[in-house]
Amino acid sequence: MSRARLTREQIAERAAMELPDGVYVNLGWGIPNLIAAYVPSNISVYFHSENGILGMGPRAKPGEEDFDLVDAMKVPVTLLPGGAYFSQDDAHVMTRGGHLDICILGGLQVSERGDLANWRVPGTKGAGGIGGAMDISVGAQKLIVTMEHTAKDGLPKIVKTCTYPLTAIECVDTIITDLAVIDVTAEGLVLREVAPGFTPAEVQAVTEPKLRHAASVPVMPSKLR
Amino acid sequence: MSLKEKVCPTIDAAVADIPDGATIMFGGFGGAGFPNNLIQGLARQGARNLGVISNNCGTGEGELGILFKNKQIRSVVAAFPGPGAKYFQEQFDAGEIVLELVPQGILCERMRAHGAGIPAFFSPVGVGTEIGRGKEEREIRGKRYILEQALGADYAFIRAQRADHMGNLIYRKAARNFNPIMATAAKFTIVEVEEIVATGQLDPETIVTPSIFVDRIVQAPGKRYV
Repeated sequence: MSRARLTREQIAERAAMELPDGVYVNLGWGIPNLIAAYVPSNISVYFHSENGILGMGPRAKPGEEDFDLVDAMKVPVTLLPGGAYFSQDDAHVMTRGGHLDICILGGLQVSERGDLANWRVPGTKGAGGIGGAMDISVGAQKLIVTMEHTAKDGLPKIVKTCTYPLTAIECVDTIITDLAVIDVTAEGLVLREVAPGFTPAEVQAVTEPKLRHAASVPVMPSKLR
Repeated sequence: MSLKEKVCPTIDAAVADIPDGATIMFGGFGGAGFPNNLIQGLARQGARNLGVISNNCGTGEGELGILFKNKQIRSVVAAFPGPGAKYFQEQFDAGEIVLELVPQGILCERMRAHGAGIPAFFSPVGVGTEIGRGKEEREIRGKRYILEQALGADYAFIRAQRADHMGNLIYRKAARNFNPIMATAAKFTIVEVEEIVATGQLDPETIVTPSIFVDRIVQAPGKRYV
């Protein structure tokens, strides 16, 4: 089993380890939406939702749903002590204004400069939708992207130049995938960790830009197996 | 009582004078805070050729969906039309509807600017993406920005929890969302509320939308989830 790529839950678990105590955080759709469940119990993280919630708690229990209190995915949630409600424009004062410490979004492509494409697959039918992703990407103090390392067709999602419509340019700080943790730096992409059972060379083989790394690359920690 | 009467007796009376071709902002996000009773009233009233500003484009026949189903809408400004917006998507794919896709926070800020008398502003959102295409770009203190235009409308249809007879408004939880912004950005704001109380009964410290932004109030009990 050591050759299996990480599951979506394991990616989320690893991303949760990037959250220090006391940070204000926005989580996007997809894998990021799984992260709250893996925040260690000894730290406090304050979740922001762009529809006007700070201090958002877990999903509401069945029978206790309040449909005036939903997250950005329409799911009934709860409010933790110290939480607050506000309007959508104030919610984006927080995103665009640089007030959120860490934002974690899903990705379709990330470039070696940290450009992010995550809102539309070219050639698909329909209007697409941007939602809050552009405001969040531009304003986050630190932007982490969680995604599978390769697309369904096996092609790299970490590329030299994004070919999908961009969400924002030069915005991504760290990429966490089912194969690796990669930091975007001024000198290019740096491979910080690899998934258990994989080598840096194997990660490089499915990553378009050149990855720099130390002689020995640590293994991504996970309690989930 | 010298105060101009803002309380309207029925939903149908509240939307009776909306003309064909009007531009209308609709509050609501994620199922919360939609003026669903006003939307249903507008569907019955039948105004057509409408320009709509809304975060999304309905879920099936719900929320704005009924207005798309009835083909009352010609153009949309939205951040996330939504995969559940069946009737919008059909008409969009058929080329029957003009869509301007706007980042959600910029949608807010363009309305806020209009309400505040700011005609345009520079923004970092969308720089280097298709959102920035064709827009004036400027470097300010070493960073790239694009010029975004203020966004107003003829009407705002909003929902609040409670109003007094002057039109001061209080919202409930995340049902606030776009509603207070739209109230400032439209020429004429119509609000449906769960409860209308006597003027003076709302704590002035807790009023979110002051009455100056509200033109018409209608009681619409709707479903309460308490």
